[in-house]
Amino acid sequence: MKVRIDPEICQGQGRCFSIAPGIFDFDDLGSGVVIGDGTLTNDTIELARLAQSNCPEHAIFIEE
Amino acid sequence: MSDIVEESVKVPVDDFASDWDHTDPQWVNDPYPIWEDLRERCPVAHTDRYGGGWFPTTHEMVSSIANDTEHFTSRMVVVVHNKYPPNFIPAPIGGAPPITSDPPFHSIARRVILPAFAPGPVNALEPQIRALCNKHLDHMVGREFVDGGTDYAQFIPPGVIASMLGFPSEDEEIFRDIVHLVLDLIDLPSEVRGPLFQPMSEYFGKQIDDHIENPRDDLTSYLLNVEVAGQKLERQHVAGTMVLILVAGIDTTWSAIGSAIWHLARHPDDLARLVNEPDLMPVAVEEFLRFYAPVTMARLVAEDYEFYGCAMKKDDWVLLGFPAANRDPNAFEDADKFIIDRAANRHAAFGLGIHRCVGSNLARLELRVAIEQFIKRFPKFELVDGDTVTWAPGQVRGPRHLPLRILS
Repeated sequence: MKVRIDPEICQGQGRCFSIAPGIFDFDDLGSGVVIGDGTLTNDTIELARLAQSNCPEHAIFIEE
Repeated sequence: MSDIVEESVKVPVDDFASDWDHTDPQWVNDPYPIWEDLRERCPVAHTDRYGGGWFPTTHEMVSSIANDTEHFTSRMVVVVHNKYPPNFIPAPIGGAPPITSDPPFHSIARRVILPAFAPGPVNALEPQIRALCNKHLDHMVGREFVDGGTDYAQFIPPGVIASMLGFPSEDEEIFRDIVHLVLDLIDLPSEVRGPLFQPMSEYFGKQIDDHIENPRDDLTSYLLNVEVAGQKLERQHVAGTMVLILVAGIDTTWSAIGSAIWHLARHPDDLARLVNEPDLMPVAVEEFLRFYAPVTMARLVAEDYEFYGCAMKKDDWVLLGFPAANRDPNAFEDADKFIIDRAANRHAAFGLGIHRCVGSNLARLELRVAIEQFIKRFPKFELVDGDTVTWAPGQVRGPRHLPLRILS
């Protein structure tokens, strides 16, 4: 499982990196970015889903 | 100024579906039942006031408009009587870039200020904000009665913004007058309202001149010196962005802090939970923002356009109710309930799409720290009398007077 942020959709609402700072970070403009290649483990998947369910722009995608 | 307001005669609203007015006392005091009724009945309300306008009430519609910059322009984002005031700057720049800007200019103006409001520089302000909160709390200690609005909430954002812009902190009263003019005195006839802007323009002119003469490490000097494609920003652009930062940075967060305190004063169970479970604060802050979202924006219809069966005409207002979207039961489970530990919360308090509030990281930080410090100092308090709470009119909703009794 991998998580990614669509940079075209992300508006920098800032929810992902606040909820899951181990999975997401922010860039100089405050947009959300995925740390590393976005691979999720059994330990991080729920947190990634929580971040996803809090993104007002629906910019976070979790894929097999 | 207050005399002028009292003299203006309002026709009370009979039916908000066909004659909405966001300055009507009924709406100002408690808009939520009105919005719920409109959402079930319309769900797009109309008015002939302010030169004609629409008020969509569902999350889906609000999101759709916020993301459609082709049919809805941000040239003016505060509903007033005159859509083409004197000194009017047309789209795509508008009077206060980037909030009044449309693509493609919008992203240029936005990129200029985004770095200053990104989480890195904003988080560095936390100790300063905490100290500011404590300073005002120190003045309240030992009193049985305090005002959560006029003794506390109204002081926090102006102090932070003045420091960021490099304006004298003793000018806070001037900032509040400016905010009052731009956001509260919206119902004045344009010939009365227009001239009131002169002192504001002069104030910003003075600050710009001072910063040109004495450049320093603050946002104003940054705006004066930043280059876009090898060119400095025009003075008018700098002044417009300063107005935006000052106005949008003060009233909004002050309202959010006030509404959160108002909630806690009426819900001792939520207050006790926050006092006993401080780790809950970040989630609680998001629910405060959803449930009491202070900011409603506006758009103008760019060209005649049919929207969900409504024949919108060019230059009709659209009141973009993010707070109403946040209460839509189709978008949120138990939308009408405040759930302090709500896990999934895609609220739209900071707007949606390209105009997402630039200051959202700062607003969140100020709200969290202001509430943390307040409940640390006053773990128990209640409203003195619900009827004496007064609310700001118009597009930014929050308690102005918030009389509290501190309990031991």
